[in-house]
Amino acid sequence: MVSRLTPLLVGGAALALATVTACSPVEDDSTSGASPSSSAADACPSGSLGTVAAGKLTIGTDDPAYEPWFSDSKPANGKGFESAVAYQVAERLGYSKDNVVWTAVTFNNAIAPGPKAFDFDINQFSITDERKQAVDFSSPYYLVRQTVITTKKSKIAGAKSLADLTGAKLGAQVGTTSYQAITDIIKPTTKPSVFNNNDDAKKALENGTVDGIVVDLPTAFYMTGAELKDGVIVGQLPQVGVPEQFGLVLDKGSKLTGCVSQAVDQLRQDGTLAVLEKTWLSDSGAPELK
Amino acid sequence: MTHAPSQRQRERIAYRRRQAIRSVLLAALSTAVAGTLLAVGVTGAPGWPRVKESFFNGDVAVAYFPSVLDGFWLNVRLFLVCAPVALALGLLIAVLRTLRGPVTFPVRALTAGYTYSFRGLPLIIAIYLFAFGIPGLRLQGTPDVVVLGGAAIVITYGAYLAEVFRAGIESVHPSQVAAARSLGLSHRQAMRHVVLPQAVRRVTPPLLNDIVALQKDVGLISLAGPVDAIRAAQIGVAKSGNFTPYVVAAVLFILLALPLIAITDRVTLRAARAQNAGA
Repeated sequence: MVSRLTPLLVGGAALALATVTACSPVEDDSTSGASPSSSAADACPSGSLGTVAAGKLTIGTDDPAYEPWFSDSKPANGKGFESAVAYQVAERLGYSKDNVVWTAVTFNNAIAPGPKAFDFDINQFSITDERKQAVDFSSPYYLVRQTVITTKKSKIAGAKSLADLTGAKLGAQVGTTSYQAITDIIKPTTKPSVFNNNDDAKKALENGTVDGIVVDLPTAFYMTGAELKDGVIVGQLPQVGVPEQFGLVLDKGSKLTGCVSQAVDQLRQDGTLAVLEKTWLSDSGAPELK
Repeated sequence: MTHAPSQRQRERIAYRRRQAIRSVLLAALSTAVAGTLLAVGVTGAPGWPRVKESFFNGDVAVAYFPSVLDGFWLNVRLFLVCAPVALALGLLIAVLRTLRGPVTFPVRALTAGYTYSFRGLPLIIAIYLFAFGIPGLRLQGTPDVVVLGGAAIVITYGAYLAEVFRAGIESVHPSQVAAARSLGLSHRQAMRHVVLPQAVRRVTPPLLNDIVALQKDVGLISLAGPVDAIRAAQIGVAKSGNFTPYVVAAVLFILLALPLIAITDRVTLRAARAQNAGA
């Protein structure tokens, strides 16, 4: 939950820092060789990194692990966005599915300073400067999208495109990318409502004083899954403003940070992350609105 | 025959004139000193350039003035509706509270309960309860959240104004009612023609004072969702990372309050003069 409340501006500042720190190993890499696997052998020997358990890659996440990031609260089944990303990263580091070990770590323990029982932890951690004081982050594997949610009875419950939303009365929290998404992307004809926080916006949605509200995607899944009785996700909006970023958490000063970042960068460059995002987020309940 | 002031009278006039000039000069001097000290104190502070940049940035003010003004229009309309309705409600409650006789006890109890509870209830919570609670009942024809928020403002301020009116009514000596009744006026006529005219005149300054306070508190409507001046400014602050939009909204609110404050001052002054007319 903490990740959702993180101010977006901090995330923006983190973006600059993250790119700077994440870039250095990649640059070394590109000069040494063209093939990612051969270059990785130098600094990141495939399948034999200095991991917590030799020969195994230990990945942490919270228990229970929620949809759509995981499936059935079983991270090891490879289903759900974060589980799929974790296995892809493991593969790039040279660890087959059999050599991946999952361990349950609570959200707050994972970002607290101190020794870690995992090689990296994946649990919707947004990258912030404050957290960087205590832990390392990999390059971001997900940029948070804004999402329109509503209730089954609402007139926009069946909306399929941005054009279907222009006549709707929408709401969002003040000073967020969500509000910016309404004014910059949807551009509704009715003035949007603005609320002090997402709880007020959610109440207004339940009351029917607004047709739909815009929140970030993780909040959208949480609200429609756990909080709203008949909440539905209308769809994700195109990227706008400075998005919040999710990164893998590693121990502060971990030797693996460079290697993990490199793996994530490769996944982003070759389009794997986009495919996983489409499979586990867009096609699993949060379609893209265009 | 023309009037020629005596030598002593001329001296007196000249003396008064000198005194007047002297006091004007002194006032100007002390104002200049105080103003300079204030200006030096504020602009000389080590953080002044940064404060000036983040609170008094001309470009930001120009950029967000239209949206703040647009939101301010909602505040103005809300105020123009809420103020008279709250005054009427306050007067009605005050009259009901001052009814006499055992038969009207339930009315007195209800109105007393109303003024007690709504003067204690923070306006911000009243607006939450009205704007988020009432639509939750899902009744047919539930009004817009702006109307509900306005109702919360009216009901809260009605309670304050009712107490001010009651103070005015009770300040009229009972002998006046007795005199009116002995002349054959009914209770209602005595109220209408004897008590209320005096009561309202006596409490006009505090009433107007409450209206000025109401004028500011219409800004709390933004809690319910509509974008008013304060919310528009808040959005501007979030977008620009600069606090100037708040100052823009503040200036608009002050401009709206100025005429009211001027009227309040004049009414107060006139009342004071009338009171001291014999002295």
